[in-house]
Amino acid sequence: MNRIRVAEIETLPRAGMEAIQLRRLQLLVARVYERVRPYREKMDRAGIKPSDIRSLEDLRKLPFTTKDDLRDNYPFGLFTMPLEQVVRVHASSGTTGKPTVVGYSAEDINTWAEVMARCLAMGGVTSGDMVQNAYGYGLFTGGLGAHYGAERLGATVIPVSGGNTKRQITIMRDFGSTVLLSTPSYALNLADAMADVGVTLDQLKLRVGIHGAEPWSLNMREEVERKLGIRALDIYGLSEVIGPGVAMECPQSERGMHVLEDNFLPEIIDPNTFEPLPPGELGELVFTTLTKEAFPLIRYRTKDLSRIYKEQCPCGRTLVRMEKVTGRTDDMLIIRGVNVFPSQIEHVLMGIEGVEPHYQIEVRREGNLDTMHVLVEVSEQVFHDEVKILEAMARRIQAEIKDLLGVTCSVKLVEPRTIKRSEGKAQRVIDYRKI
Amino acid sequence: MRVEQIAVFLENKSGRLAEIAAVLAANKVNIRALSVADTADFGILRLIVDKVDAAKKALKENGFTVGKTNVVAVEVPDHCGGLAGVLKIIEAAGLNVEYMYAFVNKSGENAVLIFRFDDMDKAIATLQKANITILSGEQVCSL
Repeated sequence: MNRIRVAEIETLPRAGMEAIQLRRLQLLVARVYERVRPYREKMDRAGIKPSDIRSLEDLRKLPFTTKDDLRDNYPFGLFTMPLEQVVRVHASSGTTGKPTVVGYSAEDINTWAEVMARCLAMGGVTSGDMVQNAYGYGLFTGGLGAHYGAERLGATVIPVSGGNTKRQITIMRDFGSTVLLSTPSYALNLADAMADVGVTLDQLKLRVGIHGAEPWSLNMREEVERKLGIRALDIYGLSEVIGPGVAMECPQSERGMHVLEDNFLPEIIDPNTFEPLPPGELGELVFTTLTKEAFPLIRYRTKDLSRIYKEQCPCGRTLVRMEKVTGRTDDMLIIRGVNVFPSQIEHVLMGIEGVEPHYQIEVRREGNLDTMHVLVEVSEQVFHDEVKILEAMARRIQAEIKDLLGVTCSVKLVEPRTIKRSEGKAQRVIDYRKI
Repeated sequence: MRVEQIAVFLENKSGRLAEIAAVLAANKVNIRALSVADTADFGILRLIVDKVDAAKKALKENGFTVGKTNVVAVEVPDHCGGLAGVLKIIEAAGLNVEYMYAFVNKSGENAVLIFRFDDMDKAIATLQKANITILSGEQVCSL
């Protein structure tokens, strides 16, 4: 049930793993210093040369990379190779209008398929499985990332993508899906819709669910397991680092997900002092990609809060484990698997003449789905005595948010000064979800 | 030929209408006619009052979003077919009514119809040509 795909790596004693990491880190730093000007300039300013990286401890001398760096070098400024050698790009929403763009060489696609296959194997998936991949296909890394990994493993993949819930359930029954890959909230949604289609648990062969791309609680895990009759496991990844396949929970682990640290070197830092924190302490998760070619990252600050554990897992793997992500150091929201920054909503509102920057975002979980409601104050400039004109404005805001973020929200017009003004930082988000 | 109307944005919350009425009362504003347009989330209160500027100022000071629009007030005999006759003229001229409301004056002989048209100038010209009585703001308030 828990097969180690690359045992010689995943059960390597620490010293051996660290030797691999150091060698890869040195090559990476030398390569980005030579090829990517923004990295070179940052390192020069910090007075660091690639030759200064003599031990893994020296990692902390390197400057961090943040989402701002990605935005400043939009779209391809941090790529290490010419676009002729880049075979694919993905993108996720940035903090304002510009998306975050990531690129892959043919070898990167190969690496990605391999790390994802290792994760699936860790979850007990084998070549005999029928894998229903309900992560969205497209610019989002979830769909294609999971797809290539499952194919690499030799499983049969159903590339059903997200949505179309009734059809998903019919397929699940008729094709005999044994593995479900989806966000946890969508897994619950599927479970609840089964009755509508007249499908019962005994008609399904579903065995394992691998769920990620949004935060979920242990309670939610129990609900998914009970309602779908499966073992539900956690997977972690983010498009900047590669997509899904960065870390995966094995069924024996009670301390989170194994990080594929021969590819992705994790650190936990204090988000205020930026100093590295010892194992077991809560802080911001930072990744350095050790094997990516086209778009490597050095000390990328994920803004995700987690802990790293170094104790060996009962499964036999020596890979360090990261705790389920418990929060963020910034105000990013995850709505139905999509990253949403309040600043993006503000960007849309500011683009509409007369709309005041007084807004609030309410997030709720209705049934199993996240819903986002944007409250906008009606100023005298946009007020009109005809209902249809006010409704058209609300629809326009809704459409522009959908255009930018790919998320449908409801827009509620409210009276001026009804959104509480706070002293200092405005409270832009009220999250009613109990995750 | 036009009557000033004030419009107030209302969230669907209990007590808002009462607050507006209280503000107007405290400022000695008399309401001559009103209508509320409502949707699932919000409403628009439209008012014809005797002191337009005083009403607008008082409501704004109390935190309401207030707008001022021009409408047409038409007087028709208060009997069957009064409204139908006016609407027939409007339809024949190809005019669109954005919204309308009505009240009956104190003597009970005539009804007053308040209209907002898509093309106000054309509407006034059409009504005048058909010899329909159009009231001024002062006339509406003195009825």
